[in-house]
Amino acid sequence: MRKTTEDKRFLKTEEMVLNMGPQHPSTHGVLRLKIWTDGEIVNHIEPHLGYLHRCFEKHCESLTYEQIIPFTDRCDYLASMHMNHGYVLAVEKLLDIELPERTEYVRVIISELQRIASHLMAIGTFSLDVGGITPFTWTFRDRERILDLFETLCGARLLYNYIWIGGLSHDLPKRFLEKTTEFLDYFETQIPEYNQILTGNKIFVERTADVGIITKEVALNYGVSGPNLRASGIDWDLRKNEPYSIYDKFDFDVPLGKGTMGSIGDSWDRYYVRMLEMTESIKILRQAIGSIPSGDVNAARPKKVRPKEGEVYSRYETARGDLGIYILSKGKNMPHRLKMRSPCFCNLSVLNEISADWMISDVITILGSLDIVLGEIDR
Amino acid sequence: MNFSEIADHLNQKLADKFVIKDGLDVLFVQPENLLEVMSFLNSDKSTSFDTLLCITAYDDKILGSAYNLFSLEEKHYIEVRVEVDRDNPIIPTVESIWKAANWHEREAYDLFGIKYEGHSDLRRILLPNDWEGYPLRKDFVTPEFYNGMPVPKDKTDWE
Repeated sequence: MRKTTEDKRFLKTEEMVLNMGPQHPSTHGVLRLKIWTDGEIVNHIEPHLGYLHRCFEKHCESLTYEQIIPFTDRCDYLASMHMNHGYVLAVEKLLDIELPERTEYVRVIISELQRIASHLMAIGTFSLDVGGITPFTWTFRDRERILDLFETLCGARLLYNYIWIGGLSHDLPKRFLEKTTEFLDYFETQIPEYNQILTGNKIFVERTADVGIITKEVALNYGVSGPNLRASGIDWDLRKNEPYSIYDKFDFDVPLGKGTMGSIGDSWDRYYVRMLEMTESIKILRQAIGSIPSGDVNAARPKKVRPKEGEVYSRYETARGDLGIYILSKGKNMPHRLKMRSPCFCNLSVLNEISADWMISDVITILGSLDIVLGEIDR
Repeated sequence: MNFSEIADHLNQKLADKFVIKDGLDVLFVQPENLLEVMSFLNSDKSTSFDTLLCITAYDDKILGSAYNLFSLEEKHYIEVRVEVDRDNPIIPTVESIWKAANWHEREAYDLFGIKYEGHSDLRRILLPNDWEGYPLRKDFVTPEFYNGMPVPKDKTDWE
């Protein structure tokens, strides 16, 4: 519940500083929030990062371009395929490689499966944050089926190292596409069930609608991206507006926040945009599976990765937002400087702006709706 | 607009405030002109760069800071770079134009030691507060001890 100055006038309170985290289930990792409160109302929040800092950028300067790929896995460990793909796209842009069509199709199929898995995680943990335990078990049950698919693909369940520069580590295994179609048929019947238990649930709506509104101006000013940006009503999806890979071949919509339950850009909108995006991913997957060509996926793999001098800034739409990779190359087999613009880093920086005057319990709602992964923020 | 159109447009209003070096699609700006160029790029109707995507600090003998800007309205990009002397790296902050710069500049300060003048809260963000030195500079030497704990240099004792 948001407090107005009228409410505050009758309460004699003292400012108190409260520490939330770094070990706290609702901070989604090791994040410490220093919260200045007035009674139970938040005045100001200061996030303290860096508990998971592993010097990713420093490591990159002493690793070859191929060796960096497993490190990118460990940044956003809930959407590792997106990290692989985003990084590899930047290097391919630097090397100017043209890929075989089948490779692009496989990459799109894997990326969209990963997007569904990541959004399932986001929705499940968000419902857990606001007190709904059953949806969490349901989303994890379905995410598990995607992880099983990935296991048949490359042997790993979470950290894949699957997408390589100019190719893939393996082609698709036998019956992978059939199994994916089976999963999609099953998953489509599950989405109405999620909607029944969560989307229109009165308790859920009252906890999330109108809470933590990100307006268009704030979203742009803080560089918010991904589903959080689209929930604020800004029509921007890199897959649609600046299609990389072969996304221009597929027909899909970009869901936007409409303020159905409250105002545009509230926590409920951020949840529902993810829900709708899963349906769009299914659409893309069905089209891609229907038209995938045959061929050698590794036909364009370069023998040596040694880009010429120059720099590149490439953008990629991960499940959490706009992943930017800036590479400064000096013509060696290692980057001179590699910077990862992590989407959650920017999304989290908006927290202080949107949480003021809300109660502490609402901060947990807001943090859950932003869907952050600390591995990527701290790098 | 593509890069040369933006550069031409900027040349009419802010000539001599930036340079373009051999073939790179980058505007090189002196630190004292940065705020003027950036606020023009942000507020001018035909450029309207409303989003600051990323600030990358780098060490290329001299320290530099690269700004990747994007306009959601006009759908175009530009890269602006500022290069400063490594003994006295001071760059004015662009926090007043894009709030996103706040954390990006703190990160650049943390890892490269570039001081962003006028920043509201210039502290370390990823490393602990008592860390000494700026680890992403090329001349950084890994310390032998951190708070009395030895920092392992080789992995012989690890297995």
